[in-house]
Amino acid sequence: MKNPSVSKRMVKDHFFKGLVLFFASLVVIPLFLLLGYIFKKGIGAINWDFIFSMPAGVGESGGGIVHSLTGTLILIIIAVILSVPVAVATALFINDHPKNKISRMIRFTVDMLQGIPSIIMGIVVYIWIVLPMKNFSAFAGGVALGIMMLPIVIKSTEETLKMVPESLKEASMALGAPYYKTVLHVILPAGLSGILTGVLLGVSRIAGETAPLLFTAFGNPFLNTNIFKPVDALPLLIYNYSTSPYPEWHSLAWGASFILVAFVLILNLITRLVVKKWQIKY
Amino acid sequence: MTMMKAGDARGAEAVSASRLTSHKMKEKGFASFLLFAGISVLMVLGAFFVTLVLQSWPLFRETGFSFFTTLRWAPMEEAFSVLPFLAGTLMTSLLSILIAFPFSMALSILLGEYLKTGPFAAAFKSVTELLAGIPSVIYGFWGIMILMPLIQSLQMKLGLIPYGVGILTASLILSVMIIPYAASLGRDVISMVPGELKEAAYAMGATRSEVVFHVILPYARSGITAGFFLALGRAVGETMAVTMLIGNSNFIPRGIFSPANTMASVIANEFGEADGMHTTALIAVGLVLMILTGLINYAGKSIMKRFQVGG
Amino acid sequence: MADKVLSVRGLNAYYGNKKAVLDVNVDFYKNKITAIMGPSGCGKTTFLRCLNRIHEVNIEARARIEGDIFLNGENIARMHPILVRRRIGMVFQKPNPFPHMTIYDNVIAGYKLNGIKKKKHEFDTIVEQSLTRTALWEEVKDSLYDRGTFLSGGQQQRLCIARALAMNPDVILLDEPTSALDPIATAKIEELLNELKENVTIIIVTHNMAQAGRISDYTAFFYLGELLEYGTTEKLFTNPENEKTENFLTGRFG
Repeated sequence: MKNPSVSKRMVKDHFFKGLVLFFASLVVIPLFLLLGYIFKKGIGAINWDFIFSMPAGVGESGGGIVHSLTGTLILIIIAVILSVPVAVATALFINDHPKNKISRMIRFTVDMLQGIPSIIMGIVVYIWIVLPMKNFSAFAGGVALGIMMLPIVIKSTEETLKMVPESLKEASMALGAPYYKTVLHVILPAGLSGILTGVLLGVSRIAGETAPLLFTAFGNPFLNTNIFKPVDALPLLIYNYSTSPYPEWHSLAWGASFILVAFVLILNLITRLVVKKWQIKY
Repeated sequence: MTMMKAGDARGAEAVSASRLTSHKMKEKGFASFLLFAGISVLMVLGAFFVTLVLQSWPLFRETGFSFFTTLRWAPMEEAFSVLPFLAGTLMTSLLSILIAFPFSMALSILLGEYLKTGPFAAAFKSVTELLAGIPSVIYGFWGIMILMPLIQSLQMKLGLIPYGVGILTASLILSVMIIPYAASLGRDVISMVPGELKEAAYAMGATRSEVVFHVILPYARSGITAGFFLALGRAVGETMAVTMLIGNSNFIPRGIFSPANTMASVIANEFGEADGMHTTALIAVGLVLMILTGLINYAGKSIMKRFQVGG
Repeated sequence: MADKVLSVRGLNAYYGNKKAVLDVNVDFYKNKITAIMGPSGCGKTTFLRCLNRIHEVNIEARARIEGDIFLNGENIARMHPILVRRRIGMVFQKPNPFPHMTIYDNVIAGYKLNGIKKKKHEFDTIVEQSLTRTALWEEVKDSLYDRGTFLSGGQQQRLCIARALAMNPDVILLDEPTSALDPIATAKIEELLNELKENVTIIIVTHNMAQAGRISDYTAFFYLGELLEYGTTEKLFTNPENEKTENFLTGRFG
């Protein structure tokens, strides 16, 4: 055994490679099973009514999910409006003062925020907003989702800003431009594709979040567009319907799952296109 | 060639004093806005922690440390202990890491070493990205509809009570959810192993698998460990899929088939209907959960940072 | 002797504890080209960047300076940096047109970025004049509204010069503007600078002796942060006083 033959070692080598390939390929199975079921069961549930009408009564077939589609849209809009300006400004601050103590603390905070379980977002925002306002609301849900988006957008914006060459900033400053104009008209436009990518990434992440919404947006079987009242959301609907005992509701949940997955995947696809098409070469 | 008029004011139209002052003001305003945004991000994290501590304080004031020393969670009797959920959380998350380990290692090695580019690499990458993109609640739903019956029939064969839901069911789904994350971290770490080291080993006649075992894995060990820490942090905090599949039982789990609750799932299950001390106790569970995930993530991030600097 | 546009008195610049520029005194003359030469690491770029206070832009790695710089008799330390930079334009080593702006917008970027509003036809005139002065008009007049990134390196650099000229500055600083360009593009830029000096004072950092000899009226020779010798280019090249200057010019180091 001191000097194993070359052929023996080659057999071992091939065996190991085979093993790696085998285990890696097995990961494909759950994906196919997941997507397969969602597609098979979901596509059947989807039609014009499903998207544009309200749910039917308990145990009745048919009915739609327009209320949760609207709710999800409202929640996403609130989250984006609240988080993106803060996130971009924060990233600009870190980028301007990379070695500053506050920047280091912010970086640490961003890492930690990213690790906070989503259910915690839910209960903290419940304490902050739902308790004092005395009711569940789309606004509270949007705040919870916005906080979840913060670290994603901060990180991707920071990465993007790092790529914007210092020479562009200097070129603008050398023309006598004030710093804020340099940021608004040179640095941010140059990094636009990266920032947009981060925002889309963040949206695709929060679109499927359920836990932060359980005690904030809460869910609502009716159509609501008042942001200070509870709204439904696609993931909430999937949760409520899938844990119900009614097969009709299960089928609605499959349809909603299909739409949610399709939305997330399409968003990912768009993100890639944005990266390719809008990227500015320096 | 048209010449500029000789009388043109130099320095681009000599800026008026008022405009300069307005620039200066805006400059200051802008800088403070950036600082303000940064500090507000800092405050969010601090406020999270403070909120949880303040809101769970009444529980500790009334019951002292029984939260950490007793074993019963019975809200009707005002008995609150975090231990059943701590046990449930650790069992599900560790089991899921165990299940995920061979798969994510295989993916990391495949994508970090064997298949760095090309259509197959892209395909594998897309698979992991797709898996990572599917929302938790859909994993849970799928688990209820497909995995639960399978586990039930397995339990019947083994002569157990066919709950279908329980630690194993939750861990299986959880492992599928964390494989993409662990694998992508592992791939990054493995592809950071310097080419010279690998070449040195090849130059001595090593086969590829020998390079993997004797050069790549030892070199990347701390980074891979860090990756599993971060994946563990995810698993510990994962809520929806686990809530839907773990069986919602507030007792210390007796085995991998028994229904249980994790810290996240008990909050999801009970917070909506809780009031008074029950709510306070659930917030205290949240505090423990936040501290636990915080520590795990901190450990993971610092090991990763050291690997990236040292490596 | 011609008018002094820019006067530097007792200028020192430090990075941390390291001195990069050492007690420099120099006057730059109106409508002349002055070359700043010296071996790499001699502080010539740092010196140039002090002249329009662009060294202040990088907050974290900013050089600390002592001494005074006067623009037409006014101390630039007491002026707002915005004003300083509008009157002292700059062209960088690597062409850096704004990648997200059209050629047209690049030329008037200085106005846009400063929020100076003008009528469209006034901007049209400025764009045409500036591009004409940089001999770029004929080449790009049909693609004014395209992004400037498809231009060749030399064209991009002339666009950057046009951008600086559009602000109608007193002085233009150029930091090795041709080091990233091929010989033909370099020749074009040198020719251009020669024409431009009718209207503007030019200070150019170069490590290329031949270039300094070809285009400059005055030459300043820097060595290890010190200004060793300063005079007309003719004098400095034919009859240098300092031994180190002579060594450099004859290629014995550097």
